[in-house]
Amino acid sequence: MDIAQPRPSGPTNLPPEALPPQRHWLRQLGTLDWLYALALVLGAIFALREYGDFMDVYDKGILILHVPILAAIGWHWKAFRPYLAAVTVLSLTAITLYHGDLARAEQTFFLKYLISSQTAIMWMSALIFIATGAYWLGLLARSDFGDRTGTALTWIAVVMGTTGLFVRWYESYLVGPDVGHIPISNLYEVFVLFSLITALLYLYYELRYATRKLGAFVMLVISAAVAFLLWYTFTRGAHEIQPLIPALQSYWMKVHVPTNFVGYGAFALAAMVGSAYLLAERGILASRLPALRVLEDVMYKSIAIGFAFFTIATILGALWAAEAWGTYWQWDPKETWALIVWLNYATWLHMRLTKGLRGAVLAWWAVVGLLVTTFAFVGVNMFLSGLHSYGAL
Amino acid sequence: MQRGTSRALFELLSSMRFAISLLTILSIASVIGTVIKQNEPFNAYLNQFGPFWFPVFDKLGLYSVYNAPWFLVILAFLVLSTSLCIARQSAPMLREMRHFREHAREASLRQFGHQASFAPALEGAAAVERTQAYLARAGFQFRANPRSDGTLVAAKQGSAGRLGYFLAHGAIVLICIGGLLDGDLPLRIQIWAGDKQPTTGNQLIASIPDSARMSESNPSFRGNVFIPEGRSANVAVLAVGDNILLQELPFTISLKKFHIDHYENGMPKRFASDILVTDDETGESFEHTVEVNKPLEHRGITLYQSSFDDGGSILELVGHSLLVGETGKLLEFKAEVGEARQIEHPKFRYTLELTNFRAFNIEDMGEGGNATETARGMAKLQEHLGSGAKTPHEKDLRNIGPSYTFKLRDEAGQAREFQNYMLPIVQGGRWFMYSGTRDAQSDPFRYIRLPLDEDGRIDTWFALRQMMFDPENRAEIAARFAARSFGLDDARAPMRDALAQTAAHTLTLFADRGYESVGRFLESTVAATEQERAADVFVKILQGLAWEAWALARERSGMMPLELNQARAQYLNDTLAALSDSLFYGVPVFLQLMSYEERQATVLQATRSPGQPLVYLGSLLLVLGVFAMLYIRERRLFVLLKPNEALVAMSSNRKAMDVDETFQRHVDGLRAALGTAPTDSTLAATDPVRGS
Ligand code: HEM
Repeated sequence: MDIAQPRPSGPTNLPPEALPPQRHWLRQLGTLDWLYALALVLGAIFALREYGDFMDVYDKGILILHVPILAAIGWHWKAFRPYLAAVTVLSLTAITLYHGDLARAEQTFFLKYLISSQTAIMWMSALIFIATGAYWLGLLARSDFGDRTGTALTWIAVVMGTTGLFVRWYESYLVGPDVGHIPISNLYEVFVLFSLITALLYLYYELRYATRKLGAFVMLVISAAVAFLLWYTFTRGAHEIQPLIPALQSYWMKVHVPTNFVGYGAFALAAMVGSAYLLAERGILASRLPALRVLEDVMYKSIAIGFAFFTIATILGALWAAEAWGTYWQWDPKETWALIVWLNYATWLHMRLTKGLRGAVLAWWAVVGLLVTTFAFVGVNMFLSGLHSYGAL
Repeated sequence: MQRGTSRALFELLSSMRFAISLLTILSIASVIGTVIKQNEPFNAYLNQFGPFWFPVFDKLGLYSVYNAPWFLVILAFLVLSTSLCIARQSAPMLREMRHFREHAREASLRQFGHQASFAPALEGAAAVERTQAYLARAGFQFRANPRSDGTLVAAKQGSAGRLGYFLAHGAIVLICIGGLLDGDLPLRIQIWAGDKQPTTGNQLIASIPDSARMSESNPSFRGNVFIPEGRSANVAVLAVGDNILLQELPFTISLKKFHIDHYENGMPKRFASDILVTDDETGESFEHTVEVNKPLEHRGITLYQSSFDDGGSILELVGHSLLVGETGKLLEFKAEVGEARQIEHPKFRYTLELTNFRAFNIEDMGEGGNATETARGMAKLQEHLGSGAKTPHEKDLRNIGPSYTFKLRDEAGQAREFQNYMLPIVQGGRWFMYSGTRDAQSDPFRYIRLPLDEDGRIDTWFALRQMMFDPENRAEIAARFAARSFGLDDARAPMRDALAQTAAHTLTLFADRGYESVGRFLESTVAATEQERAADVFVKILQGLAWEAWALARERSGMMPLELNQARAQYLNDTLAALSDSLFYGVPVFLQLMSYEERQATVLQATRSPGQPLVYLGSLLLVLGVFAMLYIRERRLFVLLKPNEALVAMSSNRKAMDVDETFQRHVDGLRAALGTAPTDSTLAATDPVRGS
């Protein structure tokens, strides 16, 4: 914002003859961007040729749709590309190592200790915990090294977690061709998804706002999710791949669930930024955290994106319900709580945008919003019974 | 005055405060509906809340919150409030969208949070032209206003974001109206205005009067169609509280076959109904398979696979006597699931209601205790590495065969519910017949396990029961038991007689309330410290008595005596446990299923939802609207070109940090476009912290 300084503009100080040519945004893309897009197209073709037999028309449509979506994400957010590349390489390696034989998960060193689905998810869990520690070290000791380590480990964790899910997808087909399905169908799988999406959203904002100081807070909620995941694995054996009951055999599931988790992830992110805001506002860690207005902005941005996705997710859920249960809305506890979550954030947005409310109240609200969201996410499955009981604990 | 009041009412109803209160109340009401299970049978609520609260909650409509009048009133107010809000906002918003504000005064521009000025190299018409070119390329619409203090070029972009407001809020109104059309309301209005009278569910369809039948023209309904295999149906049953209405359908559905497929691990894989639909009007028919997630739509009515049931399987049953002094089979008959029949006997009369039959029951029969529980530390972690296909603990999923449920209702009308399995089930290496009983629907079944004898039958258990519980045999069994303990030597007669007496007493006690009365007796007669030892003695005596009873029973029916071994001792223990439990079985007859002919039924849901297109359209608009509001950024840029000065100011309807960046970009862009005079020194900078 350095406009107080006079700026020399050419020897004569005369205006340029014409405005500098403005290039169409597509022209602004470099060779690397186009190579990336090409790789996506080739990847999609490869997937269609290799696994097309397992897909129906909708699956293929969604696969193809992913090319432009992933291209746009990668163009806009360059760090996404190495992530995607690493996940692709690791997943394909795992698939190759498996040779179509599940038992090799026990026999092959790389599978057993690195990239079979369970192992990869365990790596993700461990890395998330360590990254959380690193971010806290960075925050408390004002250590740039700590921050950087946190970021790097979080990236590796999401690579491992995503690989874990992809490999799990493949493994499910090895269990039985009729069992195979996308791994977003039970509470265990969606907790992994939640951790991944929240971490990715955070990593995006970390770059966008050029601050690593929020990692300490955001990673706490991800660590909590991972802790739950581990408890769930070790005491309940929840990680076992189960076939899909009839109600879940629908392409709606494949779009409804991930959309929902962008919502949940963004709300969780907002709540953690909200708690950072509340601390900073009281002077705690204030000198280490970003300015209040940055915190507020991140909070708003993530609630906005969460709300937008949650809206879509709820609608997709209604469309699915119409097909599976015959009614798009029947006040099943899960649906009702989704509505409550939605109304809550709609009110939050109104307060900010129409009433101009700012500051601590909104931050508190975002924190409480996460409690409501958590109840809708897991509480309903634990305490209330209904049609969504396939996610039961 | 009049005008004033309605104006105030309008202001209130369309205010944000009112809307937010409504949203809060709506959320709280919704929570109540998730905490209290909705639309259960009234009896369940009566049990749960007791006679005092039950009617109170009923009056409040808490058993069906989302259809309660007060809930609908809140929804109606939300629709009203949102509509009024749109009405109130539309004029200012449209004005806002259209206007450029090219008359903004310089003083007010200088008040903007985002404003900057510099001395441009270009001036006059050239500057205006260059500014316009820049703005056009940056995606602004603009209007230039030459005036006394210079030329103001007023520009705006992203006004379409305001359309988002209309889309999203209009969508809410659409969705609510569509939802109301598909809810309970239309049916209630028809009941109220059309003289319809819901009736009780337990009667034959043919005998349901016209006053409880809805015609085919009913625009909105949701009901269940129950069709047994090989039969057809042309009505759906609509639930109205605890009562029903019949909905006539414009076609007849016949069920050819109902399928349940399972995965290898026993989980259900597919529910499907092969149906034949015959149109009433044209007489044409077609076949179709309705599955979960694959509904069928015909004549504006959608049919979904909703659930399944027994469709009247034929069961061949035998009733074993539990009466003392009367042995053998009391009854033998065939019955259809769903029917009620009298069971007559000189000593009792029951109504048997066969309620359900299931040919498959897949259960986890694993008995726990394996590696997972013992592994620790690294070993435990190791178990969780590898593929997600690994089973964490050995599950033993098995089909344990057919089961059936029934009620036995006594003459006083009291019913007791039973769940029996047809085939024996193995537990700890021994085989048992299972039968569960309960008094109330809300209780779990308590199971009695009848041990199978060496021929794999339950007959020995019944014979033993007769022996042990019939007072006629007591003296003989006790005497045999005493004789086995002390021999027949006269010298030991006193001890033998004493033991026989104790044994007979034990039998009497045991025949009363089984182990319970034995335990009570011990508590009242033996010192606390001695009880455990005494209990052991009693159990030993009972085992000995049971063994004698067994021997006696065999003797009487002319069979060879048996050698006591470990398996038989175990059998005696299981027998005693079942004998003790059988005293609480509640009815004097045990029904055993000998064979069956299965007939399944499908339950399809038939709906007509006139509101669905509205809701779907509303949903689409909602998504578009929300994205437009959140992501189309409205910006107004003002460039006041004065001699020697260019004043740039920007406003935005969203106060976010990216406004600062955008403003800076435009200021830089305009500087580049207009050039800067050599003497330029900027007059003011913005204060980015407070935004615009
Ligand atoms: C279920 C009811 C409602 C929902 C879900 C809802 C949703 C929304 C959403 C998502 C926004 C966008 C916020 C943003 O731009 O970030 C918004 C804005 C707004 N809402 Fe609502 N709304 C509802 C009812 C109402 C009512 C009843 C009023 C009238 C009092 C109202 C007035 C407004 C206004 C004035 C805006 C700002 C529009 C703008 O500046 O572009 N809303 N609403």
